[in-house]
Amino acid sequence: MSTAVREPFREVTSAVVPLPRNDIDTDQIIPARFLKTINRAGLGEQLFHDWRYLADGSPNPEFVINRPEMAGRSVLVVGDNFGCGSSREHAPWALAAWGIRAVISSSFADIFRNNALKNGLLPIAVSPEELERIVAIVRDDPDAEITVDLEAQEVRLPDGGSIGFTVDSFARRMILDGTDELGYLLAQEPALEAYERAHPPRVSTLAAE
Amino acid sequence: MSDPTPNSARPRTIVEKIWDDHVVAPGTDGAPDVLGVDLHLVHEVTSPQAFDGLRERGLRVRRPGQTVATADHSIPTTDRSLPIADEIAATQVKRLEDNCREFGVPLHGIGSPHQGIVHVIGPELGLTQPGMTIVCGDSHTATHGAFGALAFGIGTTEVEHVLATQTLLQRRPKTFEVRVDGALHPGVTAKDIILSLLSRIGVGGGTGHVFEYRGSAIRGLGMEGRMTICNMSIEGGARAGLIAPDETTFEYVHGRPHAPQGEAWDAAVEAWRRLPTDEGATFDRSIAFDAGELTPMVTYGTNPGMGFPITDRIPDPASLADANQRSSLQHALDYMALTPGEPILGKPIDVVFVGSCTNSRISDLREAARMLRGRRVADGVRMMVVPGSTEVKRQAESEGLSSIFTDAGAEWREAGCSMCIAMNGDQLSPGQYSVSTSNRNFEGRQGKGGRTFLASPLTAVASAVTGRLSDPRALL
Ligand code: SF4
Repeated sequence: MSTAVREPFREVTSAVVPLPRNDIDTDQIIPARFLKTINRAGLGEQLFHDWRYLADGSPNPEFVINRPEMAGRSVLVVGDNFGCGSSREHAPWALAAWGIRAVISSSFADIFRNNALKNGLLPIAVSPEELERIVAIVRDDPDAEITVDLEAQEVRLPDGGSIGFTVDSFARRMILDGTDELGYLLAQEPALEAYERAHPPRVSTLAAE
Repeated sequence: MSDPTPNSARPRTIVEKIWDDHVVAPGTDGAPDVLGVDLHLVHEVTSPQAFDGLRERGLRVRRPGQTVATADHSIPTTDRSLPIADEIAATQVKRLEDNCREFGVPLHGIGSPHQGIVHVIGPELGLTQPGMTIVCGDSHTATHGAFGALAFGIGTTEVEHVLATQTLLQRRPKTFEVRVDGALHPGVTAKDIILSLLSRIGVGGGTGHVFEYRGSAIRGLGMEGRMTICNMSIEGGARAGLIAPDETTFEYVHGRPHAPQGEAWDAAVEAWRRLPTDEGATFDRSIAFDAGELTPMVTYGTNPGMGFPITDRIPDPASLADANQRSSLQHALDYMALTPGEPILGKPIDVVFVGSCTNSRISDLREAARMLRGRRVADGVRMMVVPGSTEVKRQAESEGLSSIFTDAGAEWREAGCSMCIAMNGDQLSPGQYSVSTSNRNFEGRQGKGGRTFLASPLTAVASAVTGRLSDPRALL
């Protein structure tokens, strides 16, 4: 395969940032007006911007990530269908920039899941019952630490229990190795050339005006 | 290699046929398939970091002739002869121009007669054709599925992959049949079909699937109505949605600037006729409903699945058994400032937006103008009409539609995404209500604190005229 492009990643242990709301869309994760950037810098400050800041621009003390004890936490626990809506990769960039390494939900929107995996951010899907169990543990002990182990594909809970999950096998290998898909694709050159020979372009964007 | 000869014994869906036809290298050892891409659409928002990635690795754009760019999301829809006032947006548009020049990608930027919303110009130019794989760093790429193409949104890392290799690593999606038979009543449109589907399956209902829209009601739609439906597939969680090509499709594509010509046209049509799902092919899931039972739809909540017939009353969170669903609905009603049990008809509104890749094509504007003709936008209501492309704008002006809008007191603007995404300064103020023909009613989507009712162009116009959320059937 290809050489590492980022730190290999195996597991993370952290207390939890709980945001157990369903259908959190990427417009909430990072509102569109922050997408005018041409790089990835500064997105951590805009994460959940419209929930996180009041009209006068000051932090909303009620919103979870503004609580002082949340600083430095790297596991986010959310409701069902996380990351629906826009395809903006700025959403996982913003989460990662803030310090999130794994998001636990009962399901993820497809494009968000793809985008997250490509940035080494783990979308961990568990059953609704297991999600409820994690939420309950955190409700009882807000500082409880859990471990997300990508190698073993399990979430380990403070009560000694564990919950299995699966991550796309290919993406998992990439994250464990710190490699990326582009290296893999570039290595397909012979197949690509053969395909291109057999499939002339169906349309040209250059021709016709 | 690739292009596996169709296994004649096994009936296949259109999705399977297109997939099989584009496998560059089948996934082995746990890897996904490498899928070839026929057409890559690029815009200013999701591409700068991808071009940077190419530069960092010293890569070229592999197939500039299968790539096309436009500026749509962050550009102003006011006078185009002026420089872009928003410096950050100006930098982003400039960066797109520089990248396209450096990498040889054709650009229909500001000032081009072909500039427009990326999903409007692809079909308009005849670049979108049946049987293709089409991708774009934009979730509404599904729009192109109306032509029987497998078209889906990708993230910026994948944009980089496609620029560099004209391929993507993809796992074969599951298929979801959406069958709509029967005939629509007057005043009920393609937009109402898709809003009704979303209200039935919810915003996560199609996750992991590709929709295939079938049935006599779908066949009865023109290409623009079909695009409206496919456009919002992502709002049901499906990355793509498509409709098998037929005579309506061929007629639309024929003669467009990038469409095949002469013998190539005949050969293309012959191949396209083999695309529709075979008799006996099976889907992973199915849903069916009757178009004749539909009424104009509107959303009341903060995701596109929270919609209902416009004559309904706001649902009561207390009636929901599931605690998460209950709190989600409560949260949405708090944001929208709506009370359980109240009728949505008659709700005063502030802004009407007719535009977006869902409903900004010429037939949308014709329908809107027909209803608006001889009427006026109510006092205190701002109505914006934003054509989907510079070509749609030109056509609407030549047909006299634009003067119908301006005579009625609406704003007639330059082409772009505008208040669909509110990146360019076209936005709601906190607390304002809009009736919008776009596709997303997420919190703050049309401006921080803004509240969106999604509806058809007809419902939008009827509401503009009365100043209240209104049933278009009363104005037909
Ligand atoms: S019109 Fe709206 S949905 Fe369509 S591409 Fe533009 S921002 Fe996206």
